Amino acid sequence: MTDRDLLHIPIALLLIRHPYAKDFFTILGLPSTARQVTVEAFFASLDQDHIDNLGLIREELGLRLEAFIAQMEKLKSGKAPTLQSITLCGGRDKDGRLENIRLELRPGDVVSVVGPTGSGKSRLLADVECLAQGDTPSGRHLLIDGQAPDESLWLGGEQRLVAQLSQNMNFVMDVSVREFLTLHADSRLVTDSEAAVAQIFSTAVLLAGEPFTLDTPVTALSGGQSRALMIADVACLSASPIVLIDEIENAGVDRRKALDLLVKQEKIVLLATHDPLLALLGQRRLVIRNGGIADIIATSDVERTLLHKLNSFDRKFSELRDRVRHGQRLNFDLDEFLAECIRPAGHPGED
Amino acid sequence: MKLVTVAGPPSSGKTSVILRLAEELLKDGLSLGVIKFDCLSSEDEHRYAKAAIPVKLGLAGGLCPDHFFVANIEEGVQWGRRSGFDLLICESAGLCNRCSPHIREVLAVCVVDNLSGVHTPAKIGPMLKTADVVVITKGDVVSQAEREVFAFRVKQVNPRAAVMPVNGLTGQGSLMLQRQLRNAPDTQALEGVRLRFSMPAALCSYCLGETRIGPDCQIGNIKTMDFS
Repeated sequence: MTDRDLLHIPIALLLIRHPYAKDFFTILGLPSTARQVTVEAFFASLDQDHIDNLGLIREELGLRLEAFIAQMEKLKSGKAPTLQSITLCGGRDKDGRLENIRLELRPGDVVSVVGPTGSGKSRLLADVECLAQGDTPSGRHLLIDGQAPDESLWLGGEQRLVAQLSQNMNFVMDVSVREFLTLHADSRLVTDSEAAVAQIFSTAVLLAGEPFTLDTPVTALSGGQSRALMIADVACLSASPIVLIDEIENAGVDRRKALDLLVKQEKIVLLATHDPLLALLGQRRLVIRNGGIADIIATSDVERTLLHKLNSFDRKFSELRDRVRHGQRLNFDLDEFLAECIRPAGHPGED
Repeated sequence: MKLVTVAGPPSSGKTSVILRLAEELLKDGLSLGVIKFDCLSSEDEHRYAKAAIPVKLGLAGGLCPDHFFVANIEEGVQWGRRSGFDLLICESAGLCNRCSPHIREVLAVCVVDNLSGVHTPAKIGPMLKTADVVVITKGDVVSQAEREVFAFRVKQVNPRAAVMPVNGLTGQGSLMLQRQLRNAPDTQALEGVRLRFSMPAALCSYCLGETRIGPDCQIGNIKTMDFS
């Protein structure tokens, strides 16, 4: 369909071809009776005052509609920008020493990023987020599928490569969980948003320690519930193939299940953390020192066995947390309480 | 010299975004200056001065800030050229949502923030709708979903703009904006160049200092509401 044709068809027909264009006409205040007129006739019939009030120019409406449809089509076709890999090519640390690494990440990879505060973890995450091309202080390069990224798709901010989750993020909208998820699904141009909402909600409830409902206002969710909802939402609905997680607290959300979910959705996960239980969940961890990647450690079998044991301690601590929460007194023999965690070697606890 | 207009609602983070951007540009040896247009007294010029960025402050006072801006911008450009800047950033607060300081053939940036709510993009007029680049700030405190919905709503009202998140505190994301600025067209003078959108009209008795209320005192360009 050429651009001229667009103006000469009835609005009703246009809406059948491009259902999302409804928003465009809603903003212009389209009465339902006007649907049979052509787009051009509708534009011509609009009151000048009304157009002024919208901050628009009548002659530009056709161009705007065209651009609107082009943009929405692009978003729709780019629903899940797939990539096979991203490659991080090393730059320099704060003293100019070469990093000398080439790190390839594929969908389903989980990599932890560790290092003291100020060592450069955020710089690394930022380099990934903005697809550094040797133009950041670190001099790092990122490749997509082994090549320099397509300028028009990635570098103009058209497509977001990275979704982010951090402790500081909150919900600020005054809406229920259902309304919130529907808004997000609609913005992703999902055809069956009701099904998407149901799926994300049930996933979030599985991740959260305490149940909540679709009618709960998002601002009334507990920390754990919020985090669970954010993770489920990012895993199922966000188009970004990479997820950056900046330290998620332990309370109230099953972090292993959360990571498994992201992996199952073919996300590449980068996890900045100081928590050993979380850091060891990655297949590798990047050690950041003085602004550079000082080492890449593959999680060893010994560490995996250790993680099993540490998790059993962690469960014991959650148990204590629950007891305190329910108003109980703590009165027990510590050795006995922890006995099941400290088993002889060779019998790793099942997890 | 490159000229860029940066506009956005009050407290959306315009100055912080510009400061983070300037840090990187100054490191690269570029020289830049800022003209800050505001309505009432602003402390922002001190923030620029502290960062050793030459700044001129223009206060509109009792005038429409947009009209004040357009009457002064050409002289501002000449100041920038005399000062030998590579880049002149013209920052103006969008005090009414009808503000429209963007100029044809000059890179136009609009700064909006995630905390202003998902209905805000539809409420902002030409300042957002005619921008080439829309910078979205304060993404670090809201959920990914809210960021995505907000960016989507921005793309709905301005499908042609490059939309990018920038953190005004850490500068994260400002690289994308830097890339846009480096490709901005050069501006030598603005005489004869047109605004992208007409400015809010004004010229009534109240523009000229009338303070009494009543139909007898209303003369000129008056618009009345229908209360019937």
